[in-house]
Amino acid sequence: MKTAFKLACRNLIGAGLRTWLNVIVLSFSFVVIIWMKGIMVGWDHQAKTDMTNWEIGGGQYWHENYDPYDPFTLSESHAPVPEMFSEEITRSEMEPMLIVQGTIYPQGRMQSVAVKGINPKQKIFLLPTHKLDTVTDAVPAIIGALMARNLKLNVGNYLTLRWRDSKGTFDATDVVITEVFTSNVPAIESGQIYIPLEKLREMTMMDGEATLLTFADSEKERSPVEGWVHKPKDELTASVDEMIKTKTVGQSVFYGILLLLAMLAIFDTQVLSIFRRQKEIGTYIALGYTRREVVGLFTVEGAMHSVLAAVVSAAYGIPFLAWQAKVGWTMPMDVSEFGMAIAQTLYPIYSFGLVVSTVLIVVLTTTVVSYWPSRKIAKMNPTEALRGRIQ
Amino acid sequence: MENNSIIRIKNLTKSFPMGKTQFTALRNINLILGKGEFTGLIGPSGSGKTTLLNIVGSLDSPTSGEAWVLDHSIGKLTAKQAAQLRKEKLGFIFQSYNLLAVHTVFENVEFPLLLLKMGASERKKMVMDALEWLGLTDKVKSKPPQLSGGECQRVAIARAMVKKPSLVLADEPTANLDAANSHHILKTMETLNRELKTTFLFATHDEKVIGYLHRKIYLLDGKVDRDERKVNSEK
Ligand SMILES: Nc1ncnc2c1ncn2[C@@H]1O[C@H](COP(=O)(O)OP(=O)(O)O)[C@@H](O)[C@H]1O
Ligand SMILES: [Mg+2]
Repeated sequence: MKTAFKLACRNLIGAGLRTWLNVIVLSFSFVVIIWMKGIMVGWDHQAKTDMTNWEIGGGQYWHENYDPYDPFTLSESHAPVPEMFSEEITRSEMEPMLIVQGTIYPQGRMQSVAVKGINPKQKIFLLPTHKLDTVTDAVPAIIGALMARNLKLNVGNYLTLRWRDSKGTFDATDVVITEVFTSNVPAIESGQIYIPLEKLREMTMMDGEATLLTFADSEKERSPVEGWVHKPKDELTASVDEMIKTKTVGQSVFYGILLLLAMLAIFDTQVLSIFRRQKEIGTYIALGYTRREVVGLFTVEGAMHSVLAAVVSAAYGIPFLAWQAKVGWTMPMDVSEFGMAIAQTLYPIYSFGLVVSTVLIVVLTTTVVSYWPSRKIAKMNPTEALRGRIQ
Repeated sequence: MENNSIIRIKNLTKSFPMGKTQFTALRNINLILGKGEFTGLIGPSGSGKTTLLNIVGSLDSPTSGEAWVLDHSIGKLTAKQAAQLRKEKLGFIFQSYNLLAVHTVFENVEFPLLLLKMGASERKKMVMDALEWLGLTDKVKSKPPQLSGGECQRVAIARAMVKKPSLVLADEPTANLDAANSHHILKTMETLNRELKTTFLFATHDEKVIGYLHRKIYLLDGKVDRDERKVNSEK
């Protein structure tokens, strides 16, 4: 085996240009696959971090009737905040949020929104809720950039907000936009308007009530609470993994094609070299190799392409990948329209496992593809190989 | 005699399938070759020299009859045993040298020793010895494409001789060489035969080679035609 490696190295280096072309194609696959996978891991990480920072904190309690996908449940999904949480809330380790359905009338149009009451002094979310802590002639409100753009709203704009109180009676008031914020979480931006919690409770006559309770510490042991459903952080972020997984399927097709091209090049090289090197094959046998050992030699030789490619990839790939991890990859198109939790610039994250598994997959495929045509050698007649007469 | 023989061939026939029929390349060959012989199979092209050499070299097997080489019956060897025999006891020299083009002279000559799993320092010593015999010490780092035909064949001889095999099989070794180079390599092989007691079996129809042979076995249409020994050979 050691001899085979030695010989394979000499033969490969000796083959010159052809070897390097194969190696470059393969190394390109290495770097692109690691980079793309790194982007996906980075995206997953970014989306979860943003989700934590803007939407779910360290986990939540949902009112048992609350269904984020069905706005009609909102009228039933509110209840007084359980007594047991008051201490946590005082320490700002938990923030209640009340959500009711409402309608706004920007420029005379009608737009249905979720009105979210939030504590202006909260510390769990990155939401600029301090902007709700102002005294104005109307109710202060903050909205996400996505909605601001869609409805052509700006800071300082006044809107009429209509809602129904706990008894089902309609009421209306003016709100003023005090801030437009940008998150990478469409789920908290589109169709949502944030106003001070106490104000909303007052408007709806739902004193001391909430729809969601978000806590800061994801580690703390949580027991079930009557009327509320505990949603641990992992469960809430599972949707991100799901989304990334679906995107990865499309990517895998791309890797497949990339690898297929590289493998075609290797396969072609193997077939050609077995045909052109018959005399050499015969010579190996005359010098004391069995045919199977020659198959092994050619397989090792083909597989060595991938090992060389790994080395070459390391040479230019490590600086490239490191640079990408630092500056990130900024997508050329505006991602806020995607409706996905995606940042404009993604920072790839490469794990040891990712690199090792990619290298293993490429080396293994190359070995198989090198072995396949080499099996022909096992059926060669050595005397005919020496004459170079096999077609 | 029997103990002193290196090749014993009995009633050997070799035929190749040719379409629906068989083509008989060797017919009923009987031969005994002793240790240390410097013998040639002589005959025109197509007379079966290479076929016989390949069987003796365990690269092919007889259709019928038997061939013993160093007490191994060629037809009965497994692929592994045959490879073992070639690796340890046989050396091959080809008409077209068959050197590994991308390897240096040193690496080419070292190759059989790598197969024998010898240590690096021992390999180096043996390779340098062999290159010395062939007068190639200044070409150690050259690669075959940079060498002349005569030099290539000397490298090939060094490669065949490096492990001090019992038997060297040389198929038309001078066919691609000019007269001066032919004489040079033949003299070298004759010296090696004398000093290392290596048995040589040639296949040739080159008059220059024939002149050096101590024994000439003439093949014609796959049969032994004549078997002549040089009575007044080396003094
Ligand atoms: N593998 C083979 N298949 C068919 N015919 C063969 C094969 N090898 C040799 N022959 C035939 O056997 C005869 C002897 O060949 P060979 O031993 O190469 O002769 P020489 O070496 O004396 O020129 C030739 O007619 C050749 O065509
Ligand atoms: Mg011949």
